[in-house]
Amino acid sequence: MTNPEKKHEILYFALRNNKLRVGLAIILFFLVLTFVGPMLTDYAPYAYVNPMGPQPPSSKHWFGTTMFGQDVFTQFVHGLKATFLVGVVGGGLGTLIGIIIGFTAGYRGGIVDEVLNMLTNIVLVMPTTAILLIIAAYLEVRGILTESVFIGCTAWPWAARAIRAQTFSLRSREFVDLARLSGMKAWKIIFTEIAPNMMSYLLLVFILQFGGAVLAAATLDFIGLGPTNAVSLGLMMNNAVLWGALLLGVWWWFIPPGVAITAIVGALYVTNVGLDEVFNPKLREM
Amino acid sequence: MRRYLGRKLLIYILTFFVAVTIDWLIPRFMPGDPVQTMLSRASLRAEAAEVMYGYYTRAFGLDVPIWQQYLNFWNALFRGDLGTSVYMFPTPVAKVLRRAVPYDLFLLIPSILLSWYAGNKFGAFAARTKWLDNTISPLGYVLTATPYMWLGILLAWVFGIVLDIFPIAGAYSFEMRPHLSWAFVGSVLKHWFLPFASLFLVMFGGWAIGMRNMIIYELEADYSHYLEALGAPRRLIRKYAFRNAVLPQITGLALQLGVIVAGALVTEVVFSYPGIGYLLLAAVQNQDYFLIQGCFLFIIFGVLLANFVIDIVYVIVDPRTRLGMTGETA
Repeated sequence: MTNPEKKHEILYFALRNNKLRVGLAIILFFLVLTFVGPMLTDYAPYAYVNPMGPQPPSSKHWFGTTMFGQDVFTQFVHGLKATFLVGVVGGGLGTLIGIIIGFTAGYRGGIVDEVLNMLTNIVLVMPTTAILLIIAAYLEVRGILTESVFIGCTAWPWAARAIRAQTFSLRSREFVDLARLSGMKAWKIIFTEIAPNMMSYLLLVFILQFGGAVLAAATLDFIGLGPTNAVSLGLMMNNAVLWGALLLGVWWWFIPPGVAITAIVGALYVTNVGLDEVFNPKLREM
Repeated sequence: MRRYLGRKLLIYILTFFVAVTIDWLIPRFMPGDPVQTMLSRASLRAEAAEVMYGYYTRAFGLDVPIWQQYLNFWNALFRGDLGTSVYMFPTPVAKVLRRAVPYDLFLLIPSILLSWYAGNKFGAFAARTKWLDNTISPLGYVLTATPYMWLGILLAWVFGIVLDIFPIAGAYSFEMRPHLSWAFVGSVLKHWFLPFASLFLVMFGGWAIGMRNMIIYELEADYSHYLEALGAPRRLIRKYAFRNAVLPQITGLALQLGVIVAGALVTEVVFSYPGIGYLLLAAVQNQDYFLIQGCFLFIIFGVLLANFVIDIVYVIVDPRTRLGMTGETA
């Protein structure tokens, strides 16, 4: 499919694209922090380690302590892990469902397309947060993984629609006709002829789904419907607001989680634009 | 045009149907027993708990066949009966929600319209204007990546606590009763400003970036190059580009509504602003299932209604839909 020369060209532009470099650097930084962070602290996220209650950042507690004397840095790095997990699982699942429905609808056409399109439109106009909310409200024990799965299951419609449109335009190309004439099976045509031509696009879809899942999880956690047995960045903000961190000026409690989410999601968006420029010569900086 | 709107309406009706069905299904088929959970919080004596259990089972209508429960559910819905709130007992849920909705609209409508307008204008200016592009684009990406509640928290902290210019709780001063006077209106606006600003800013970033990208795309289109070759002034080309670029932005608004409403919910939580979001937090904390379900239906209904309004606007703005040449299938 992709000859080595073309790969070389993409790498050439990728390494010279500033947006891509900045975006990836930020994501990498947080990713490393996620894995190294827990080794740098001796505390458990919810352990009451500081009898003094809320204390500003110090050499002992890098990000200070919460109202209950919990170490903010520990919660932060564990929350980061939850964020990446939600992004990968929720975003990945959203992309996967989008791919399956998009390919099927776009390639099959006809009545299958009509039905799937209707389904897509219905889930598309449904405010997903509302659905997540009502499901989460009735779950007594919620884990991060369950949360991610539900987010993925509601986030796919725009991806399905975009992929369907792309498949539609590729389906009538000559090389696809040729494959069909040679008696190839439908799913094989999709995966060996159509999908490789959309790889870059699918990657962009995944990145946007990742960002969307992270924001959706933060919203859900903040309303108080987050994981019941784990730490997350949204939950940290929820606790901070509920326990009056604002009024008491405990800024070190609510600033770090927000900075992390904004930086990660922002970096994803910028990476997305950078990649778009790399793959699409028309968009390159002039 | 009739076909276009009819098709849309069909989808909205179907969506509402699905949403109500989900609303009905989840309490009944989720693991666990909500009635039990609700009662266990009340810590009643055993015999009292049994009576209450029976009462709630009947109140939920759980003692009749499944299909009948479903029909009853729809029946109650059409009568505007959403059950009774536990958290604000004995006020009916519908009444609790009716009191909250004006605050939501007061927050949402101005912030959506103004941010959409301003974002599109700035985005269009920024496209292919070096210095503006270098300032607005990065700012836009940061804003659109910011979780709504966090910007709300930041604004509340900086302007409400550190600088102490704006109040950060409630919809008007606690010392006042709602009445028509300048002092009261001033108080309402003062309490409204920060939640409005945080919603406005996050949305602004998204619209500005979307518009910038669309304009660049349109300026690369054949008609733009053709105009350029004819020697048309830059302003004119941009005007045409803007008109074409604004259509996807309208569709984008419809698609974003769910996210925006969710943003408003969490913003209200931050500022203790008495809209649906604030109710929802209270409902979750008090495990008030009727209220949670009521909020769910209200949000769905509101978003679908807004979607339909946007569709009508789209028909007015895009002549192709009127002539049945559906350019956009959104």
